[in-house]
Amino acid sequence: MKNVAAMERSRLCVSEIKNKQRRHLMFMKLKQEKRKVAMKKKKKKERDALGDKAPPKEVPKTIENQRVYDETTVNPEDEEVAFDEGTDEFSAYFNRLTNPKVLITTSDRPRGRTVRFCNQLATVIPDAHVYYRRGLALKKVIPQCIARGFTYLMVINEDRKVPNGMVLCHLPDGPTAHFKVSSVRLRKEMKRRGKDPTEHSPEVILNNFTTRLGHSMGRLFAALFPHDPQFVGRQVATFHNQRDFIFFRFHRYIFKNEQRVGIQELGPRFTLKLRSLQKGTFDSKFGEYEWVLKRHENDVCRRRFNL
Amino acid sequence: MQHDDVIWDVIGNRAFCSFKVKTKVQNFCRNEYNITGLCNRSSCPLANSQYATIREEKGQCFLYMKVIERAAFPARMWEKVKLSKNYEKALEQIDQNLIYWPRFIRHKCKQRFTKITQYLIRIRKLTLKRQRKLVPLSRKVEAREKRKEEKALIAAQLDNAIEKELLERLKQGTYGDIYNFPIHAFDKALEHQDEESETDSEEEEEDDEDVGKKEFVADDEIEESDLSDFEDMDNLKAGSDEHEESSEEDESEEEMEEEPEASGSKGKMPLKGAVFRKKRAYVEIEYEQEMEPVPKSKAT
Repeated sequence: MKNVAAMERSRLCVSEIKNKQRRHLMFMKLKQEKRKVAMKKKKKKERDALGDKAPPKEVPKTIENQRVYDETTVNPEDEEVAFDEGTDEFSAYFNRLTNPKVLITTSDRPRGRTVRFCNQLATVIPDAHVYYRRGLALKKVIPQCIARGFTYLMVINEDRKVPNGMVLCHLPDGPTAHFKVSSVRLRKEMKRRGKDPTEHSPEVILNNFTTRLGHSMGRLFAALFPHDPQFVGRQVATFHNQRDFIFFRFHRYIFKNEQRVGIQELGPRFTLKLRSLQKGTFDSKFGEYEWVLKRHENDVCRRRFNL
Repeated sequence: MQHDDVIWDVIGNRAFCSFKVKTKVQNFCRNEYNITGLCNRSSCPLANSQYATIREEKGQCFLYMKVIERAAFPARMWEKVKLSKNYEKALEQIDQNLIYWPRFIRHKCKQRFTKITQYLIRIRKLTLKRQRKLVPLSRKVEAREKRKEEKALIAAQLDNAIEKELLERLKQGTYGDIYNFPIHAFDKALEHQDEESETDSEEEEEDDEDVGKKEFVADDEIEESDLSDFEDMDNLKAGSDEHEESSEEDESEEEMEEEPEASGSKGKMPLKGAVFRKKRAYVEIEYEQEMEPVPKSKAT
C-alpha cells in the first residue's frame, strides 16, 4: 500500500517536470522500481508453486559470513587455552585475588575535551582515579602505581585537541595494549541520554572476541571492572567487536517483560582499534610485542580480521 | 699579501659579501668559521689574517686557527686542535694555543666554547628524557579506516546485540530473583509443582532484601527515579499523585485485558506487583501495560 501511494505521488511529479532529460530520468527510475516489484512477486510465486521442493532461500553474503577462517579462533573446550588463561597475567583477577583499580591520565598538556573524556571515563569505571600527567615519564610512573596498588594504567593520548589514542597497561607485569581511539562522543553530545551513571558497578558485555588475540583483549577489558556487578544499578558496559573495531557503549537497561528490554545510553561512547599488544608493562623501545597492526597484511585480504 | 683593511672595505662596506645577512638592526655573518656570528670588522674571518674559532663536531670541540701563510690554499688554511673534554683543561688549551693573540679573539673563543659545552650538556640531558615520536598519518588510510568503521558500526547493530545479550542473561538466571516475571514464576511452578509455598518463600526472601525489589513501596521510589531517566517525567510528576489513583483503576482494567495477551494462558500469577503497579502508574503507561499484571484479577 505504501509503495503504491509513493508511486502515485512520484508519477504525478514525473509528468509535471518540464525538463525533458530529468523527466526521462525520473521515469526510468519509476520503471525500474516497478520492475523490481514485479520480479519479487514473480519469484515469490515460483517459490510458492514449488512448495517444499523450492531451493532454500539464499543467505545474502556479508563480510562476517565471508570472513577468512582464522586458525587462532578459540574453541570453547580448548584445554590449551583454558590452561593459558589459568596462568596468564589476568589469572589473579579472575581468581578473585585482586580488585581493579584504574589510573587514568593523559599525554602532556591535555585540552578540555580530553580532560572531560577522562572524567567521564572515571565515572563509568568504578574505582578509577584521574591524575594529571605533568610531563612525567611513564616508565617512572609505573613503579609508583604498582606501589600504590593500581591494577591498570590508562593513558589517553591527545592530538589536535581530541583524544585519539589509548594505552592500556595492566599493572603488575601485564600486557600493554595500544589502541587508536575514534568517534569519541561525550555525554553532552548524546541524544536522548539519561542521567549520569551512578556508583554501582556495571555489568560487562563482551561480544565477538573470537580469536586468541580477541580472547586476551576480552580478558583485558573484563579485568577493568569489579567482579560482581551490582544488578541494582542496572548499568551495563559493552565492548562489541566488529571487524576489528571495538565499540564501547554504556547503557542503563530495564526489563519491561520477559521478551523486551529497554536500554538507554548514558555515558561516553568511543571506538577502539587495536594497534599493538606488548608483553610486559609499557616499554616501547625494548618491549616484546605479541602483535602489531601491519596495514599491508590487512590490505591483502579484505575478509581477514584479527580480533 | 693580505690587505685586511682593503678586504673589509670592499666586502664589509661597499660591495657584496655572500656571507652577510642584513636585517633592520643587525648584520649577521653566515660564514661557518665566524666566531661571533655578527658581521663586524673584528669578527670577519675573511678580513682578519689572525683569526681563530671554536667549532664542534659530533660532541667534540676543536679550536680552529687561521694560518695566513696558506691563504693561497684555502683547503689547508685552517689548523685544528682537539680540545679536551674537561672544561678547565680545554680553557687552558685555548690559552696556550692563542698565547700572544689579541684579547678579543681569545675572549670570544672562550665564550663560544662555554656556550657550546652548555648546549652539549643540554642535549645529553634531553636524550635521557622522554622523546616524543611523531607518527605521520596518511590521509587516504585514515579516510579508509573511517569508512570501515562506519560500516562496521552499521553491521554491528549494537542495540539489538545488547538487548539480546541482556535477555539471554535474564533467561539464564544470572539476575537471580530480582526480576519476577509471570512466565518465570510459572516455570518455577512447573518445576517445583508447589506454587504457593514457592511464592511465599520468594516473598520472604525479598522481604529481607531491600534493594531492587519491585514489591515494596520504598524500592518503588528508587525505581521511579531510575525510570524518570527514560523520559521527561517532570511534568507528570507534578500532578502525579492525583492522577495516580484514577490511572490506577484504568490500569487495572487495561491490565485485565492485557493479562491474557501478556501471559498467554499461563495460569496463576504471583501475588506481587500490586503495590509495584500502583507506584508505576504515573510513569509511562507503555511500561505499565507490559509490566506485571494485577494480582487480584486472577483470570480463571
